[in-house]
Amino acid sequence: MAEKFKVRMRELDPSERVNSFEEVALGYTKEEAIAEAKRCLQCKHKPCVSGCPVGIDIPGFIKALREDDIEKSTRILKDANNLPAICGRVCPQEKQCELACVVGKIPGSEPVAIGRLERFVADQNISLETAVKPSVNKRVAVIGAGPAGLTAAADLAKEGFSVTVFEAFHTAGGVLVYGIPEFRLPKEIVAKEVEFVKSLGVEFRFNQIIGRTIPFEEIKNEYDAVFIGIGAGAPRFMGIPGSNHNNIFSSSEYLTRTNLMKAYLFPLYDTPVKIKDRVAVIGAGNVTMDAARTVKRLGAKEVHVVYRRSEEEMPARIEEYHHAVEEGIIFHWLTLPVEYIGDINNNVTGMKCVKMTLGEPDDSGRRRPIQIEGSEFVMEVDMVIEAIGQTPNAILKAGFPAVRLNKWGSIDADEASGRVDEGIYAGGDIVTGSATVIEAMGAGKRSARAIKSYLLRKG
Amino acid sequence: MYAVLSKKRIAPDTYDIWLSHPDIYRYAKPGQFLIIRIDEFGERIPLTIASAEKDRVRVIVKAVGKSTYKLCAMNEGESVSDIVGPLGNPSEIEKLGTVCVVGGGVGIAPLFPVARALKAAGNEVIGILGAANKDHLIMVDEFRPFLDRLYLSTDDGSAGIKGTVTNPLKEVIADYSPVTIWAIGPMVMMKFVSLLASQNDIPCWVSLNPIMVDGTGMCGACRAEVGGEMKFACVHGPEFDGRLVNWDELIKRQYQYREEERVALEKYVRELGEKDG
Ligand SMILES: Cc1cc2nc3c(=O)[nH]c(=O)nc-3n(C[C@H](O)[C@H](O)[C@H](O)COP(=O)(O)OP(=O)(O)OC[C@H]3O[C@@H](n4cnc5c(N)ncnc54)[C@H](O)[C@@H]3O)c2cc1C
Ligand SMILES: Cc1cc2nc3c(=O)[nH]c(=O)nc-3n(C[C@H](O)[C@H](O)[C@H](O)COP(=O)(O)OP(=O)(O)OC[C@H]3O[C@@H](n4cnc5c(N)ncnc54)[C@H](O)[C@@H]3O)c2cc1C
Ligand code: SF4
Ligand code: SF4
Ligand code: FES
Ligand SMILES: [Mg+2]
Repeated sequence: MAEKFKVRMRELDPSERVNSFEEVALGYTKEEAIAEAKRCLQCKHKPCVSGCPVGIDIPGFIKALREDDIEKSTRILKDANNLPAICGRVCPQEKQCELACVVGKIPGSEPVAIGRLERFVADQNISLETAVKPSVNKRVAVIGAGPAGLTAAADLAKEGFSVTVFEAFHTAGGVLVYGIPEFRLPKEIVAKEVEFVKSLGVEFRFNQIIGRTIPFEEIKNEYDAVFIGIGAGAPRFMGIPGSNHNNIFSSSEYLTRTNLMKAYLFPLYDTPVKIKDRVAVIGAGNVTMDAARTVKRLGAKEVHVVYRRSEEEMPARIEEYHHAVEEGIIFHWLTLPVEYIGDINNNVTGMKCVKMTLGEPDDSGRRRPIQIEGSEFVMEVDMVIEAIGQTPNAILKAGFPAVRLNKWGSIDADEASGRVDEGIYAGGDIVTGSATVIEAMGAGKRSARAIKSYLLRKG
Repeated sequence: MYAVLSKKRIAPDTYDIWLSHPDIYRYAKPGQFLIIRIDEFGERIPLTIASAEKDRVRVIVKAVGKSTYKLCAMNEGESVSDIVGPLGNPSEIEKLGTVCVVGGGVGIAPLFPVARALKAAGNEVIGILGAANKDHLIMVDEFRPFLDRLYLSTDDGSAGIKGTVTNPLKEVIADYSPVTIWAIGPMVMMKFVSLLASQNDIPCWVSLNPIMVDGTGMCGACRAEVGGEMKFACVHGPEFDGRLVNWDELIKRQYQYREEERVALEKYVRELGEKDG
């Protein structure tokens, strides 16, 4: 009978980590990894695999790890997943592969720590013979170098297509580099995995915003097929009075300054970021936790997360919530900001809020928050970060005239293949709305397969 | 990498710089801008595209802080890591009749492609160019071929009419009844030109230059209230009808990072000193 619990992963102490952007979760040692690998029952029917959107042969890579054949284990991982060191860190495993794991179904027992094992193997940095010569005389353009685009590009390159990725920023990774903070996903790790994609022969063209700096039509005409993976990049604001006061930011701005532009190293890096004493972060998703933990690390004295529903409805991963609590973030449930108050210099000084109570379930199945009359109060704050979600970028509507959108402003793509139109495919957040890294990768993978058969059929 | 092809000082703090770029010239239109990142440590610097020709693009830069000082200190042959562009919506250029273009300080530079395009579209173009003093009045000779009438103004009277651009503008409105005004310059100037336009019921395009980060609609740093709605200058603009802009709020947003900007500049100056000493 296997051990009941996962081998614990060492973490940086909360007191130490609130002052640094060092990675919080420290990873397994080899002994720990092998001990955890032994908990896997090597099930013949592999239920865990069906929980993984990219279909990694999970028992296979675990078995190779157990036999100390890291190279083979790496090969199995990279067969299905071009970015395993990233997924091992940021996948919501508890809702995916690990949810389906047989060991986790045994009462009182935790599933195999598949994500941690994946991270361990990927972190051993085994370099594989990779360069594939373009062998198919077809060119594919991939727009956006986030997880969806990187996956589609890598898979198509592996199949011998010549692939060019167009990316708006100066570096690849999408949300992995501008959204998810360094302390959860070191940028060095992302750079290494991107290097792997480059080693497959994928060409990158940075600083190109398709639909703006190059018309989409031109790309469509020049390439045999196009994959669009441009993410859901526009910030949503609550739009309450006073929203344009100084020191009110979208989480997208705050995190982009800090992560992509490295403002946490200001003034070594030129981009500044505001640091204030009493900060409110609105929302309760993963992005909220990232923003709250970031501003705390930058030196805010008090960080208050304000959410209109209760703890029970909080969409953030429980693990990230716990990390936030450990780091001293203060939570205010059932509280809704309704107006910002500012001083004569337009700096925000307070937030008028109302208390909420929960009523009947709404469309999302969660109980609808209702304002309690007469419950207004003012919360004194000198900075606010709104982290209430992203929508598809405005450029999309103007810049991709040929592409069909649905009623949410996302691209209307076939679910199984990502097909939008002849030779045009799309996947990731731009199709589904904000989702997860691994779902975006799964979509990239499915589209790569569909593009391959389309191009071979077309001849 | 994008090389500095040439650099010329055209006013005490202002430089006329051509950079190599393979394809901006194919798409750039008047009113659009680009973003430069000088190197790995650099911030993203939005600058208007002053002109673009095959394989090169021109910017006119006023050194106001760390990043623009550094850019203006670069020499021919050196290069910047990144240039993204063209960004923003082009100006709406069409034949309207008599129009007036008003440029203030370094805002004269972004006004240039607009004035040229308005003339080419068959308009009668009246120009008003203003600056603090004679030395800061840039590009006057370049404008001349595209203007039917030209007024100059300086705060100290060292060239043209003494005072701000609104003085000649009042005259132009009274004498020529322009059907549309374009104004680019410091926010305070654009605010007062817009006010005048509003009093005379004349549409007035201004080019907003709020603090930007990505320049692609992804962060909301550049937001401004226009006609009571929240607009992102980088993707919904940068040109808006100035009569609808909430100027007081926008002007205050412009100074949000003053303290950090001071720290950055002081560090830069100190490092320069160490290098030279
Ligand atoms: C702060 C934050 C934390 C998150 N944490 C997690 C987590 O822990 N686990 C998890 O699974 N998911 C997490 N997510 C969600 C996850 O990051 C996204 O679902 C995923 O990145 C979507 O991938 P994508 O490839 O569709 O888009 P993106 O990652 O958004 O990448 C799109 C890329 O396209 C580029 N682009 C956009 N427009 C253009 C254009 N016109 N031309 C060229 N390039 C363009 C963008 O610059 C970007 O690089 C998080 C999201 C955020 C914001
Ligand atoms: C669309 C647009 C077009 C522009 N065109 C020109 C141009 O053609 N020529 C020119 O000289 N300048 C132009 N600017 C202004 C120029 O971007 C700023 O002067 C420059 O970024 C200042 O950087 P700094 O580090 O040198 O100065 P800092 O010391 O950092 O800042 C000085 C002042 O510049 C402004 N500023 C600072 N950072 C930014 C930023 N990221 N985005 C916008 N403004 C900022 C602020 O008002 C600040 O108070 C334009 C700005 C925008 C948004
Ligand atoms: S990629 Fe994500 S879902 Fe798939 S095995 Fe790894 S951790 Fe699980
Ligand atoms: S379900 Fe769990 S125990 Fe079974 S093979 Fe997968 S990881 Fe191993
Ligand atoms: S600069 Fe980020 S949205 Fe305009
Ligand atoms: Mg600066």
